[in-house]
Amino acid sequence: MRTPLLIAGLLLSAPVLAACGTESTGGGGGDADDPRALTVESSDDACELSASEAPAGTLTFDVANSGSQVTEFYLLGEDGLRIVAEVENIGPDLNRELTVTAPAGSYVTACKPGMKGEGIRADFTVTASDEEPVVDADDQALVDQAVANYASYVEDQSAQLLEKTTEFVELYKAEDDDAARALYADARTHWERIETVAESFGDLDPMMDAREADLEPGAEFTGWHRVEKDLWPARAEGYTPLTEDERALYADDLLANTTELDTRVQELTYTIDQIANGSRGLLEEVATGKVTGEEEYWSRTDLWDFQANVDGAKVAFEGVQPIVEGKDPELANALENRFAELQALLDSHRVGDGFKYYDELTPDEVKALSDGVNALSEPLSRLTAAVLS
Amino acid sequence: MPKVKVSRRGLLGGGAAAAGVAGAFAVGRAGDGAPAAAATPLAYDFHGAHQAGIVTPMQDRLHFAAFDVRTDDRDELVALLQAWTDAAARMTAGLDAGAVGAVDGASNLPPDDTGEAIGLPPSGLTITFGFGPSLFLDADGNDRFGIADRRPEALRELPHFPADNLDPARSYGDLCVQACANDPQVAVHAIRNLARIGFGTVSVRWSQLGFGRTSTTSVGQDTPRNLFGFKDGTANVKAEDTTELDSHVWVDAGDDPKAEWLAGGSYLVARRFNMTIEVWDRQPLGDQEAFVGRTKGVGAPLSGGDELTAPDFDMPGSNGAPVIATDSHLRQVHPDFHGGAKMLRRGYNFVDGSDDLGGLDAGLFFLAYVRNPDTHFIPIQLQMAKADALMEYLKVRGSALFAVPPGVAKGDYVGESLFA
Repeated sequence: MRTPLLIAGLLLSAPVLAACGTESTGGGGGDADDPRALTVESSDDACELSASEAPAGTLTFDVANSGSQVTEFYLLGEDGLRIVAEVENIGPDLNRELTVTAPAGSYVTACKPGMKGEGIRADFTVTASDEEPVVDADDQALVDQAVANYASYVEDQSAQLLEKTTEFVELYKAEDDDAARALYADARTHWERIETVAESFGDLDPMMDAREADLEPGAEFTGWHRVEKDLWPARAEGYTPLTEDERALYADDLLANTTELDTRVQELTYTIDQIANGSRGLLEEVATGKVTGEEEYWSRTDLWDFQANVDGAKVAFEGVQPIVEGKDPELANALENRFAELQALLDSHRVGDGFKYYDELTPDEVKALSDGVNALSEPLSRLTAAVLS
Repeated sequence: MPKVKVSRRGLLGGGAAAAGVAGAFAVGRAGDGAPAAAATPLAYDFHGAHQAGIVTPMQDRLHFAAFDVRTDDRDELVALLQAWTDAAARMTAGLDAGAVGAVDGASNLPPDDTGEAIGLPPSGLTITFGFGPSLFLDADGNDRFGIADRRPEALRELPHFPADNLDPARSYGDLCVQACANDPQVAVHAIRNLARIGFGTVSVRWSQLGFGRTSTTSVGQDTPRNLFGFKDGTANVKAEDTTELDSHVWVDAGDDPKAEWLAGGSYLVARRFNMTIEVWDRQPLGDQEAFVGRTKGVGAPLSGGDELTAPDFDMPGSNGAPVIATDSHLRQVHPDFHGGAKMLRRGYNFVDGSDDLGGLDAGLFFLAYVRNPDTHFIPIQLQMAKADALMEYLKVRGSALFAVPPGVAKGDYVGESLFA
């Protein structure tokens, strides 16, 4: 399944950070009585703001495009280089709203009709006010740290995935099925922890993690779930076990794709909003596939995947947590508590090193897990905006 | 003391009753999108060249039912179609389902109308019938009614589409009945009474309630919203554009030599798209708009303009990608990328309460009328299932295809051209 990781990055490609820029889009216009509510008319050859200054605080720019091509609007630092906040992809006759928390200082505004060149620029002044935001000078350091840590985490999980997949396919090819079954969920844990990253490779994902029902007509069923079905055929009516040669074919294919994934992961770089969106995306994976018992239809090891998705979401959250604590301490606190509550629920289903199988859960237990996912997912959906604010 | 008559017709008042008797409907017929004046109940004639309920300005409520035929007796099936035709003509005129009525019969017999529509106007009720592929050849390959050689080439079970997770109890069927009305009780009354007439000959396989139309079938109607919160059906084929209808909706006599009986009819695709509502609601506005390809407010394409502006799929956007994302729903299903193929969509929002996990059991009950599903539906659905950003938030749980015979002349029965 696809995730919003890359799409969201496209919309909110916000370097932001050094100051306090956030952006949101929406309707609504400027308020004549509110000096912090400004309008911008971006035409093919002009960029007209309703005012050239505003008091410090949360400013909104309602950007209307009266030109003939797509435009963008930027609030830049005094140097005209540093992007404080931006809103992109405003089509002709459409408008989008940009919200930014700006401290007093000198800025530059720019409309960029056609997204070419440096845009139509003007000076903009934010005057001192009693709503002056607190600027944390260490933001950039926190961001750099979070991005570096997350890259290390993904590389580490990918390495463990490769190691355990290598072991798993050997057991499977050797028809040591008990040992292969014992390792299956454990190996997949490393995939599920970085699932939103792994799925961003649209060619590898369907070959490695597709469920049978999700295949296109004519597409071959390969990857983890193909092998899963062969190891746990109990729910498959009239199933014909794979031959030794077929086993080798699917096993080698899975390992080759895992190796390719590991190679590509080394080249990835991340932005802070991608990390925050990835946290949200992993919980969506739980909500749509794991808590419903659809992911591991044959093996019923959904709770292993559930835990791994939560692990990955928590790591991503904890990476940006110092930033959020400075900007929205209530949200940071709520997320910390909700992660802990969900973890306590999952812990109550632990058996030995693993978990109960999905079909051992009562309907009430599944409902409680789902409620825990909803409770966490709702505040988590505001994480990216808070990080970028 | 004379019995007091309280049939639906009696309660309609003299003017409406007279109109009903004469068949001279003050309002109605495809193409007349004007709302009914308060004094004149909205009613559509059951009879005509095409079945009503296709280009009829879309009503707000739906009850759709699929039936399996229990008998192997052709005469019994034909008798049912005749009885259904008679009841449908009566109910769409605002009359009771049976000739006796809900409260006018013998006290020791169950009434021939169930009564919940007493006092309710016709409410724009249309009743539309269709035939599934299994009517022609059943699951065991039996030609139960001697019509297998007249099965239209395109009337087959739809192929499996990626992400289809079909519940057989919400899919397929030998026959279908689509009842649309502006009052939900009138639509339910229609299906309930038709099912009752059919007991013994047919059994209800599944049925679906819909509230809130998600399309416009007439230029006089505003575009409604689906449960994603977006306008839906903006670019639908409209009743007023008869050239488009002939190209994309009505089967022509020369389309299929085996199925000349279907000329003037259409194909109906019915699919139940469950939305993962809770997950969708957590998506940022900008992402939602990127997935759809339109603004959420006015429904303009992201390439600009207003709701009815044609999208410009080549318009460059930020970051080197088109401003209308390649995987947006608007682009993936647009006629520009499907050889110009269009559908007449007639879907409804549904909410069937909540599921076991407390999530809304809700989505879009997709109904579309097309001239040929092989060219006007299957390639588009396949493309959507493969590459549409919205699929992340959709689960298809029900699916069916029906051939919808042409309209019924007075004195004939629905589907007569197939059995004649």
